[in-house]
Amino acid sequence: MSTAIELRGVTKRFGNTEIIRGVDLAVPRGERHAIIGPNGAGKSTLFNLISGRYPLSHGDILLNGESVSGLKPFQINRKGLSRSFQVTNIFQRMSVFENIRCAVLWTLGYKYSFWHRLGGLKDANLHAEEVMESIGLKARRDTPAGVLSYAEQRALEIGVTIAGGAEVILLDEPTAGMSRTETSDAVELIRKVSQGKTLIMVEHDMGVVFDLADKISVLVYGEVIASDVPDNIRGNKAVQEAYLGTEAH
Amino acid sequence: MAKLKYRPINLGRWLVWGGTALVMIILPLILTAGFTLTLLSQIGVGIIFALSYNMLLGQGGMLSFGHAVYSGLGAYFTVHALNLISQGAFHFPVTLAPIIGGLAGATFGVIFGYVTTKKAGTTFAMISLGIGEMVFACSLMFAGFFGGEAGVSTNRVMGQSFLGITYGPSIQVYYLIVGWALVCMAAMYAWTQTPLGRMANAVRDNPERAEFVGYDTHMVRFLTLVLSGFFAGIAGGLSCINYEIVTAENVGAAASGGVLIATFIGGAGFFFGPIIGTIVFFTMVTAVGAMTKAWLFYLGLLFLIMVLYAPGGFASLILMHVPVIKARLMRRLLLPYAAALVTGAVLMAGLVSVVEMTYHFSLEAGTAPGMKLFGFAFNVTSATPWTVAVGLLIGGFVISRFAWAAVGRAWADIVHILQDRAVV
Ligand SMILES: Nc1ncnc2c1ncn2[C@@H]1O[C@H](COP(=O)(O)OP(=O)(O)O)[C@@H](O)[C@H]1O
Ligand SMILES: [Mg+2]
Repeated sequence: MSTAIELRGVTKRFGNTEIIRGVDLAVPRGERHAIIGPNGAGKSTLFNLISGRYPLSHGDILLNGESVSGLKPFQINRKGLSRSFQVTNIFQRMSVFENIRCAVLWTLGYKYSFWHRLGGLKDANLHAEEVMESIGLKARRDTPAGVLSYAEQRALEIGVTIAGGAEVILLDEPTAGMSRTETSDAVELIRKVSQGKTLIMVEHDMGVVFDLADKISVLVYGEVIASDVPDNIRGNKAVQEAYLGTEAH
Repeated sequence: MAKLKYRPINLGRWLVWGGTALVMIILPLILTAGFTLTLLSQIGVGIIFALSYNMLLGQGGMLSFGHAVYSGLGAYFTVHALNLISQGAFHFPVTLAPIIGGLAGATFGVIFGYVTTKKAGTTFAMISLGIGEMVFACSLMFAGFFGGEAGVSTNRVMGQSFLGITYGPSIQVYYLIVGWALVCMAAMYAWTQTPLGRMANAVRDNPERAEFVGYDTHMVRFLTLVLSGFFAGIAGGLSCINYEIVTAENVGAAASGGVLIATFIGGAGFFFGPIIGTIVFFTMVTAVGAMTKAWLFYLGLLFLIMVLYAPGGFASLILMHVPVIKARLMRRLLLPYAAALVTGAVLMAGLVSVVEMTYHFSLEAGTAPGMKLFGFAFNVTSATPWTVAVGLLIGGFVISRFAWAAVGRAWADIVHILQDRAVV
């Protein structure tokens, strides 16, 4: 199987502190890959590097075999990678529907058009309605995103991320702060929308991780100390000491 | 499968546009005072200019201090084109001449916009100010193009008349402005309903997320500015035809500041806000300007009050009453509003007296101490009128506060009732 995302010796420094310290990682196409690790390990930073939000200090990142380091976020997005944010990052003043429609316009080829009428874009409108249905926000269609409940905003965050049809999806703590039922809804949603796609997910809830992930990488102090199938991660001594162990305390 | 409701023909929208067109067409037939046609023409051009400005400020979140650069350069290119046409250098109908201004505005949008739109926020505002100053300075350096102190004049009447249209009489120019204003208003409204228009809102609200759904925020801002420059240039072209002269003032800071004020007091958050703002702005400039030297002071005061107490402008003040009227709760507001109006009038009388007397005192106390205000004649160097004026000011301020407190309570009640009904 070909590789969707590959990190080669990726390093990130903020000032003198090295936050990401030479990460090598390859995620084959179609895999659901979870990244776990203690707070401050650098998981979000890693996503920020992959998605072009921050420049790398060293190393290289390849998307479908092609280097994307140095590209801007919108360029990487156009190559088929989309991400969500740990802190909800949507268009607060727009309705749920408008949020999602904004996320489908580029991929449907409308780009910077000022000669199409939004109301007449059948494909964009239909697709936006479908995405809204799949994230369970149909009843909130015309509600401004800013007044949605926390769980609804998290669902919309995922909706905006997947609406453009990206092949590689990065989700940063999609279930953080959710109740048990909200979490299990979110897991089903993630399973559904990542069908046939490559998913990389940062997640704290071990239930979610072992439920969804084909493979797990453990990031501690900016280094991947283990990368394996869930069963082997569970039995890994170093991981238990460095991470799972501390969680249990 | 989701069912979609499309309304290709929206009756309400047609009524609004038809009504607007009708009002613009019949107004000069009703208001026949000498200055009204001048004022109406000014408002028509101003509406195009302010709407183009609001593509930046309202829709794109770009605060520009130099928008007159695009209208002004559009006016200059139109004036030179008109002069060339009348010399027979090429043929072009005067009716379509504003498009020359539009193309010039868009071209300078391309030239200046690429740098200015790299960043939004303060950076954009500062660069727009710098470009405004730069272009104004150029008007002094390149006297050949800008016409130096005197500016460049032209004659809009040329060639054969077509169906009696010569653009000699001002009323014909007014209807030319109305035609362009309606087309431009419709075009700029349509723009808000396009992918680029919507993404301009997205980039305004959250530029970072816009980049993560595939959009180059710089490009979105840049294209918005070019289109905005196009419509500003059309406004400039029309003002050139209207006044038959273009001077450095057309690209100057006062013109840039004026459109900012008009747009803001009307309400940048709504498409029709700048239209209201332009009407209020020019009516005030003309009407108050005819009455007093202190008109700029009052305009500044209005701007200040709007920024502080109604940052959404007149448009939001109007729209906030729509749900109240629908819920049939308007009568709860009538009494408090009447009180606010009466007490506000007392306050205003005091304020206007103090301002006018101060102006008169500082400018003419030595030569002509007598003045007339609100029908009263008095001597500005005596103490009595000052006592009365300050008394009105302070008294009006105190009773206004009571009235405003009542308005606040009435609104709190209404919000409460509306919330209760929403829950049920
Ligand atoms: N923009 C930044 N500038 C400086 N330090 C940062 C920045 N972003 C993250 N960091 C630091 O990098 C470390 C890792 O942060 P983060 O990637 O958010 O961790 P995680 O997502 O694993 O909890 C933290 O110590 C954080 O303070
Ligand atoms: Mg994080």
